[in-house]
Amino acid sequence: MSQHIGYSANARLRWTEVLPWVFSALVYYYLPEYLSLGARVLIYILFALSLDLIVGYSGIITLGHAAFFGVGAYTCGILSVRFHLTDPVLSLFISALVSAVLGLVTGAIILRTKRLTQLMLTLAIAALCLEVANKATNITGGADGLSGVSIAPIAGLFNFDMFGKTAFLWCLLVLFVGWYLVRRVIFSPFGASLTGIRENNLRMQAIGAGVYGKLMYVYTFSAALAGIAGALLTQTNQFVGLNVLGFEPSGELLVMLILGGVGRMYGAFVGPIVFLIAQDFLAKQFPEYWTLGIGVLLLFVVLFARGGILGMVDRILGLFKGSAK
Amino acid sequence: MTMAIQTKGVCMSFGALTVAEDINFELPVGARHALIGPNGAGKTTFVNLLTGRLKPTSGSVFLGGLDVTHLSQADRVKKGLGRTFQINTLFNKMSVLDNVCLSIAERENISNQFWSTAASQKRIIEESLELLNLLGISGDSKVLAKDLPYGKQRLVEMAIALGLKPKVLLLDEPAAGVPSVESHRILQAIDSLPSEIAIMIIEHDMDLVFKFAKKITVLVQGKVLCEGTPDEIANDRRVHQVYLGEGHE
Repeated sequence: MSQHIGYSANARLRWTEVLPWVFSALVYYYLPEYLSLGARVLIYILFALSLDLIVGYSGIITLGHAAFFGVGAYTCGILSVRFHLTDPVLSLFISALVSAVLGLVTGAIILRTKRLTQLMLTLAIAALCLEVANKATNITGGADGLSGVSIAPIAGLFNFDMFGKTAFLWCLLVLFVGWYLVRRVIFSPFGASLTGIRENNLRMQAIGAGVYGKLMYVYTFSAALAGIAGALLTQTNQFVGLNVLGFEPSGELLVMLILGGVGRMYGAFVGPIVFLIAQDFLAKQFPEYWTLGIGVLLLFVVLFARGGILGMVDRILGLFKGSAK
Repeated sequence: MTMAIQTKGVCMSFGALTVAEDINFELPVGARHALIGPNGAGKTTFVNLLTGRLKPTSGSVFLGGLDVTHLSQADRVKKGLGRTFQINTLFNKMSVLDNVCLSIAERENISNQFWSTAASQKRIIEESLELLNLLGISGDSKVLAKDLPYGKQRLVEMAIALGLKPKVLLLDEPAAGVPSVESHRILQAIDSLPSEIAIMIIEHDMDLVFKFAKKITVLVQGKVLCEGTPDEIANDRRVHQVYLGEGHE
């Protein structure tokens, strides 16, 4: 399932790549009671996809990706509550823009650094965003969160219903567009040079590549995608709280991506599905200890399944192919 | 005659440690030059000064007659300066073909295209294959760089630099770590390069140096000790002293 990218890659769509969409359609028709969880999963897939683009494909290290998610979420909420801008498409667009600007500004700093320094800086930026949201009570609602977000029907036609049908389809549509864009980028010459930077930054400079510029592009793009994911969360929940910002959601997202498999695009699909469903299930069974289950899962993946769940699937398929020969 | 690359009074020091002292160096167009010297003579530092990875404390670097002292590494590459590394510096988890395509794409300025697919860049891929063919490793184009045997990795190292179609090529120990029975393949590859490229190699393998170079510069403790044809260098007493110590003739 892992795909080689670059000049020697085959960029055509494989049948396995259709599976997520078929699966989503099945959920929509056969599991209507799970649509709100489903929408949440779709949002986190988009969020994880944006993280995979920078962590998996470009080798940027971050523990603060939730800054963009959170800022997107708050932008959408503030637009609705303070400015009565409720059009879902427009607010998604503005949220993406605000997150992109934040990505551009913070990227200008963190992309000059590497490794631990980079990690600490991203952490600091996320913490700053959290603190601003916490203190600016009259705009963000502070610790109480921002409630009373209302969202107009999509294109004036499709109302966000209480069963979450519209929300699910809306998230699915936005994720599809996001996935399409990410896939285009990854298979492009630009995507190949990002992989080049991940593999050998020094050599990329030695062949005359503008490494810093390329990283700025991808970081800003990724921030915009994360912002869209955050705005989607606000639109479907009609509430924004501090839990969308800071270290915890950033770390959680990284765990999801590692669970699924880093740098394989579809790891960003598998990770959130497994994580959020496990979370939902475990939280019902063991309300106090559910994080323990997630921990055990992560431990298992890190110890025995390098490359995440998809990496494991690859190896098992490899065994079958090997024995078939 | 314009020089492909030239330095005037280049000095470099890290604090009290001087690693390059008043180096005046000329590499004419189409040169076949070797830079030799004992360990720690500052050969790699000198290459880094030429490529712009290090900035000289004083003095200037000229590329094709143009002062590039204050240009970045990437800008110098765009002006025709290519290099290889002493230690393999490859894109390990990418195919050999991709390793070379990346540098050709940089040269052709298409590496920021994000809407077309890389696989549809037929021109880039074909050129890359031709280059691999020239170096005799086209059969390995699909292998990941990290899975290649060491000797072939050295050739990929060179292929990446050649993808830039450089006017000046600096080869930092192209045969380092290659068993001497195989180093003739590296030499073969270097010999097959277009004659208009000015090439300078840094090498410890004297066999290779004397077969390849028309002119040799000897660097000792950051200073140019002497410069001359292979014959002159082979018979120079100072060079013998540096390499073998006093008392040898």
